[in-house]
Amino acid sequence: MKPNETMLRIRKPTRNNQLFPGFGLSLGFTLVYLALIVLIPLSAVVLKASTLNASAFWETVTAPRLLASYRLSFGAALMAGLINSIFGLMLAWVLVRYNFFGKKLVDSLIDLPFALPTAVTGIALASLYSKNGWVGRYLEPLGLKVAFTPLGILMALIFIGLPFVVRTVQPILEDLELEYEEAASSLGATRWQTFRFVILPTLFPAILTGFALAFARSVGEYGSVIFIAGNIPLVSEITPLIIITKLEQYDTAGATAIAVVMLFISLLLLLLINGLQAWTAKRTGRNL
Amino acid sequence: MKRASRFEKNAATREPRWVKGLLLFLSLSFFGFFLLLPLISVFAQALHKGWEVYLKAIFEPDALTAIKLSLTVALIAVPLNLVFGVAAAWAITKFDFKWKQLLITLIDLPFSVSPVIAGLVYVLVFGAQGWLGRGLAEHNIKIIFAVPGIVLATLFVTFPLVARELIPLMEAQGREEEEAATVLGANGWQTLWKVTLPNIKWGLLYGVILCNARAMGEFGAVSVVSGHIRGYTNTIPLHVEILYNEYNFAAAFAMASILALLALLTLAIKTYIEWHLRLETESKPLSMEANNETDL
Repeated sequence: MKPNETMLRIRKPTRNNQLFPGFGLSLGFTLVYLALIVLIPLSAVVLKASTLNASAFWETVTAPRLLASYRLSFGAALMAGLINSIFGLMLAWVLVRYNFFGKKLVDSLIDLPFALPTAVTGIALASLYSKNGWVGRYLEPLGLKVAFTPLGILMALIFIGLPFVVRTVQPILEDLELEYEEAASSLGATRWQTFRFVILPTLFPAILTGFALAFARSVGEYGSVIFIAGNIPLVSEITPLIIITKLEQYDTAGATAIAVVMLFISLLLLLLINGLQAWTAKRTGRNL
Repeated sequence: MKRASRFEKNAATREPRWVKGLLLFLSLSFFGFFLLLPLISVFAQALHKGWEVYLKAIFEPDALTAIKLSLTVALIAVPLNLVFGVAAAWAITKFDFKWKQLLITLIDLPFSVSPVIAGLVYVLVFGAQGWLGRGLAEHNIKIIFAVPGIVLATLFVTFPLVARELIPLMEAQGREEEEAATVLGANGWQTLWKVTLPNIKWGLLYGVILCNARAMGEFGAVSVVSGHIRGYTNTIPLHVEILYNEYNFAAAFAMASILALLALLTLAIKTYIEWHLRLETESKPLSMEANNETDL
């Protein structure tokens, strides 16, 4: 599926391409670098997997321990995505529509999960929710165990996915003209009806895009999760960790088989996200 | 700020006071609890045992080697991804060609691949049982469990960052200025240096800084290829992991706080750049129109 370089080069430009120099050089470099760093190494996984015995492959990727890890990874990612969609929409709304003390600071810090290394997130959350941690010491007497349980994984995934919905919804909300809401209000709609039937449908593709981006990121997340997860097989062991365990046992074939399954899911999600972004752009005339 | 007031002053676009209060309370509590608290706890735990322990943890030889290795990796990975980012953005935004959308999707691919898989792919290519494993062993070249592997895994993970920052920016700026330069007789390099780069310098700067923060902090991918050889192939995040697993929490958080500071610096620069860009757009109202004409 890799675009053929020579074909791209021969294809006659459609619109004022002749004006600029450097098409061949820039596109050529882009494709070579893309192939060297991303495509060829990734194809190694697929090629390696194709040499595996089909039944052994199936047995590896459907082992009970793995099925439990898929359920965990997908379930937690789904929950975190839903929670982040609701609160992300709220945060975007508050940042665009209201003035409050510290707004600039909140707006800047929203991107923290993009910039903070996952290992740092991991140890910070693990210590917060541990028995003696700032939060854990209040939750534990209530019988609520977060560290070393699936709940801890959820906490990590909420942190990791927090910026996505905010950052996809915020620009759309900023572009939304107040005339629509004025019109709705003058036609007798209550504020809730205006939100439900005028604003929310416009924001919906963006919310879905943010959700899908957060979900895709969460499914493969490793660093922020392993410290807090406890990594108990069948209970709190995520799929990427099983890949690492297999590699440490020199079971390259097994690790590859699981990696192929995850890659396939990532590709599906990527296609979905692309479709969603096209939908958002069509709905709102804005590229994310 | 101005926009928010416009909505708040208009009775038709304003929520009842209790709704506003509730929304502010819920969203800011969420923000404080899930985002701010972990951040604060990193610094609190790092300084828990005082500055002396903190400084000792950072200036310990293994820690210094880890810092040096992380800096080295970033120093190689960031410039390479920078050159790629400019080339890719130039090709994608200045020319029309078939399958452009596919190319953009492929550039984004590393974002949706688990970091663990990003490490694994290089093990499959360069590892002992990999494609090139035997050849490399014969020539005594070590890539996996050595610095080159760490650099490669970092390159993969930070691959789209600069390009992702530049493509929308250059798309929005259109091609008019470059066209004018070309018509006036500038060659490609002159156009790039004198017209394009000055226009995108802020976006470029943010892309580079974000790429740097991520390169120094990458954990999953690097952890697969590094082999965790203390004082040799440990980057800062790997060193954090080792210290944490040894229950040396003060030292682990001390090292983590360096990365957290780097992240905060990244966000501060981003905020500054956005503020700067807003000033520029406000003084140049025409650029908003160019924006709409050159959509993909």
